[in-house]
Amino acid sequence: MSKTFTLDGKTIPFKDGQTIIQAALEAGYYIPHLCYHPEFKPHGSCKLCTVKVNGRQTASCTMLAAEGQVVESETPELNEERRALTQMLFVEGNHFCPSCEKSGDCQLQATAYHLGMMSTHYDHFFPNRPLDASHPDFLLDFNRCILCSLCVRASRDVDGKNVFALAGRGIKTRLIVNAKSGRLADTDFAATDKAASVCPVGVILPKRRGFAVPIGQRTFDKQPIDAYVDNRMVREEG
Amino acid sequence: MAEPRKKLKLATATLAGCFGCHMSFLDIDEHLFELVEWVEFDRSPFTDIKQVGACDIGLIEGGLCNAENVHVLRDFRKHCKILVAVGACAINGGLPAQRNPIPLRAILDEVYLTEPGLAHGGIPNDPELPLPLNKVHPIHEVVKVDYFLPGCPPSGEAIWKFLTDLLAGREPTLDHTLIHYD
Ligand code: SF4
Ligand code: SF4
Ligand code: FES
Repeated sequence: MSKTFTLDGKTIPFKDGQTIIQAALEAGYYIPHLCYHPEFKPHGSCKLCTVKVNGRQTASCTMLAAEGQVVESETPELNEERRALTQMLFVEGNHFCPSCEKSGDCQLQATAYHLGMMSTHYDHFFPNRPLDASHPDFLLDFNRCILCSLCVRASRDVDGKNVFALAGRGIKTRLIVNAKSGRLADTDFAATDKAASVCPVGVILPKRRGFAVPIGQRTFDKQPIDAYVDNRMVREEG
Repeated sequence: MAEPRKKLKLATATLAGCFGCHMSFLDIDEHLFELVEWVEFDRSPFTDIKQVGACDIGLIEGGLCNAENVHVLRDFRKHCKILVAVGACAINGGLPAQRNPIPLRAILDEVYLTEPGLAHGGIPNDPELPLPLNKVHPIHEVVKVDYFLPGCPPSGEAIWKFLTDLLAGREPTLDHTLIHYD
């Protein structure tokens, strides 16, 4: 018999070494997350995936599943905190969705919808973060970076290139490009890199492709972000 | 005969917005006939009334880009029991706020003094003109806002759903098809 824990009362099977979010997603159960990606080592930085394990809060993307754990995720308390974190991500950057190429396909936006975020609530920072349009095929719009480090992990661990890095600490943390000039054009970044397609928001964008998919047909127009996980469950069970 | 129901008073205003939210409001089409059974419009571009009176609901489109916007917003807050931020600009500054990283002086200089191909008439200084703010601000940074209705603009259906919830005394909610930021 496989080992199990409960998530909001549902029994979730897991294999040794799996994190709570891995087991939950595999069972078709959505836990909000931004810096977690199934193909990469967890980073544990955004804290959107925070759940209560036996009454204590912890990040479900770094916490290993264990026999008999009682995990709570979809509670008003946790979702309020997730919403506050999401609002902070919005005000720390410049997120003007109507003019963002990623709108409709963006995980930050879709997560905010899922959490019922109706406003940004906090005062906006309106930071000044110039674009990097130096590369012939890609541009970087740092205004939307949520510091999830997925591009860092993809470039380092999959592409073997180390094009991106997070510099600074705390509120001063920012994404930088590993070149003396700091410009993407002066790296070996290529359109075929994993890092070119991994960004969950609208930072790393291909040039000469603007708003190609009409509103109504984009990823999260079709169904909400949690349904992408739930549907897999339906498919597997059915 | 039953007393005619006392209508609620509804006011609307555009601050630093494009009137898109108001156009979307008109997209509720024939629901407008139902709406006027429930509400009477006070100050609004629809009525051309210029001064806001005591109101039950105030809908604000647009953020704050100049001193007059702030004045109108405060006046709405004072007069409206329920104040609603409608659309991206009211909620996060929207398109006008994309000037925020650039110093105001640099923008004025470029538009009125230096940009090739423009008239270079000098920076306008008529006392009639409201003074621009250094940055464009969402309205919740200045007054308490009771409800937010996102979208650029929110669709007619979203506006109608919101208003019918509110008028029926329900907490307004938008499902996945109606909540969007673009
Ligand atoms: S990255 Fe996402 S949340 Fe940010 S502006 Fe683009 S669509 Fe909106
Ligand atoms: S650029 Fe995108 S992938 Fe990289 S850290 Fe920022 S949000 Fe994450
Ligand atoms: S998804 Fe777990 S901390 Fe970001």
